[in-house]
Amino acid sequence: MWSALKRLYHQLGSPKWFYELTSRWSPWFLWIGSALMLVGIVWGLAFAPADYLQGNSFRIIYIHVPAALLSQSAYVMMAVAGLVGLVWKMKISFVVGKTIAPIGAGLAVMALLTGAIWGKPTWGTWWVWDARLTSMLILLFLYMGVIAIYNAIENEEMANKAAAVLALVGSINIPIIKYSVEWWNTLHQPATITLTKKPTMAPEMFIPLVLTIIGFYCWFAVWVFARTRNEILWRERRTKWVQRILSTGANH
Amino acid sequence: MTHSQANNQPQAAAALLSGQGLWCERDDRVLFSQLDFAWDSGQIVRISGPNGAGKSSLIRILLGLSASYEGELFFNGQPMAKGRYEFRDQLLYLGHQVGIKASLTPEENLRWLCPDAAKEAIYSALEQVGLRGFEDVLSQGLSAGQQRRVALARLYLQNKAIWILDEPFTAIDKDGVAQLEARIIEHAQNGGLVILTTHHQLAVDVLELELGKKVEPRGDFDD
Amino acid sequence: MTNSPLLALFKRDLLIAFRNRGELLNPLMFFLMVASLFPLAVTPDPKFLGLIAAGIIWVGALLATLLSLDLMFKSDYEDGSLEQMLLQPQPALLFVMVKTALHWMVAGVPLTIVAPLLGVMLALPEGGFAPLILSLLLGTPTLSLLGSIGAGLTVGLKKGGMLMPLLILPLYIPVLIFAASSVQAGIDGNSYTGHLAFLGAYLALMLVLAPLASSAALKISIAR
Repeated sequence: MWSALKRLYHQLGSPKWFYELTSRWSPWFLWIGSALMLVGIVWGLAFAPADYLQGNSFRIIYIHVPAALLSQSAYVMMAVAGLVGLVWKMKISFVVGKTIAPIGAGLAVMALLTGAIWGKPTWGTWWVWDARLTSMLILLFLYMGVIAIYNAIENEEMANKAAAVLALVGSINIPIIKYSVEWWNTLHQPATITLTKKPTMAPEMFIPLVLTIIGFYCWFAVWVFARTRNEILWRERRTKWVQRILSTGANH
Repeated sequence: MTHSQANNQPQAAAALLSGQGLWCERDDRVLFSQLDFAWDSGQIVRISGPNGAGKSSLIRILLGLSASYEGELFFNGQPMAKGRYEFRDQLLYLGHQVGIKASLTPEENLRWLCPDAAKEAIYSALEQVGLRGFEDVLSQGLSAGQQRRVALARLYLQNKAIWILDEPFTAIDKDGVAQLEARIIEHAQNGGLVILTTHHQLAVDVLELELGKKVEPRGDFDD
Repeated sequence: MTNSPLLALFKRDLLIAFRNRGELLNPLMFFLMVASLFPLAVTPDPKFLGLIAAGIIWVGALLATLLSLDLMFKSDYEDGSLEQMLLQPQPALLFVMVKTALHWMVAGVPLTIVAPLLGVMLALPEGGFAPLILSLLLGTPTLSLLGSIGAGLTVGLKKGGMLMPLLILPLYIPVLIFAASSVQAGIDGNSYTGHLAFLGAYLALMLVLAPLASSAALKISIAR
């Protein structure tokens, strides 16, 4: 009887709880995130002063920096979700990890593309082996490895666990990789213009950046919630509570 | 004879190997649920059922190689998580693949599979399984049946209480089958526990655990 | 007594490696060939080759290691000895450590021995030889350790060999950076002890973490 209760908790309780919780949270994240993005982008693009060195081209930081930042923390989130899944055997945690992987990879691509677009007027070339861009590229490789594992292993449970192990190993290595790439960069390319390393950034430039960063995090949360909720509905499609939601059509 | 819970429940705590409320699902299909058993030394347990009924899954769960199940396993009355070391210390497992290296001789193979065995013991065990004279032949030169016999020599070499044998009679000839059967019965009589899957009918009464009949809880399950 | 299955595994694998020694030559041949492609593809000019020799040798070592990683657990998985290993009472990570140590002995050590020869062929300046050998000695065990994670994750897959580089190469980057630049430092006449210290520290860290990860990976792979 006790084990049946425990099973009930593992199988049904947790996903349902997550589903209902995120039902309430998602709209908030969506609206707050959108408002922050709107204010941040308009402020950053139209009202913030031009950079004295880079002119208007610096304005791409309002996309580039949030994407880069979020891509890095998303990897750590993915690893933590994997750890929780492995240690406490929470299935929902694996779903979150699996959801984050492609989003994080997309953000890394976005950071690399905006970095290249930014690099063209700044350095006169699309690609420079700048420490941050190189780290970003390696982060993208790490994401690709995790995604490749998901694709290669057919058994879902195995794939989730294997990807979690890889994400954990990767997240332990990320600081080491970052450190060695930065060290390598100073060795080979002293004193070039680094894209975002501004010791003093004017508040008019900085505040909209903070707004867009928070906006990106909110949107990210909404996206992860939405995809996780979809996955939950699919996995739990035979349970009563999902059938009830599907039959009434009330999926918010 | 099918397992009925009423017989097993009282002795479950003291049994050598027991399981309570085992539940296993594979590809969205429930293989078994509310499976209870309690096995003791001196017993031969045959796990039977049609293909895909979950025989191998149950064996892997017993071994601790599969984590995708619910329910509890006990060894000597204590939860498997605690008793794992002792369980494995007492375990001899032969699976579909028996761990025989093609580039090693039978003797070398057994030296790794049974690190404690003396050379003379290995030789006499190989003689028991009819491989006298093959001690120094590379296993790649042996037939599939002979390779399995090398692994079966472990049954004469190792002093382990619990044998878990997945289809042990595969690729073994008639004489070999009779001899293996005798060895299994002897082990049970000496106080060992043998758990096996096979379609072969053994000459003695065995405890039968039939899988794949129905997955819905039956009347005698207290749910 | 309790460790005897580990010792038995070590002896067994050493014997198998010796019986199949032809197979061990393959990554080594690959290493030699990759390195000889560069003078053909770029230029045989010793001045230029000397500049990139350290990089070529280290990249070659990474690729050759990848090539041999597939062998680490594959045959044990296929013939069932991996199950037998994981069913021993001893923790699985001890067996993984034995397997990894063996991989290093049959892959990393030969690479280290052959590397000076490649250094000569690629006109590596004299100051680079000592750091090349030392960095390989400290770096290749890390390659085997990190590689054991990839090998563990992909052991059950038919196309695991294709997947492994994708999983493992990004993790090799710190080793590559510090090892190759230690050689450069040696060529320039600078001290390279700092580089080697990093490689040593990274090795120590991975010695602790990698067997944990790869034994977890193996258990996942075997739980079909």
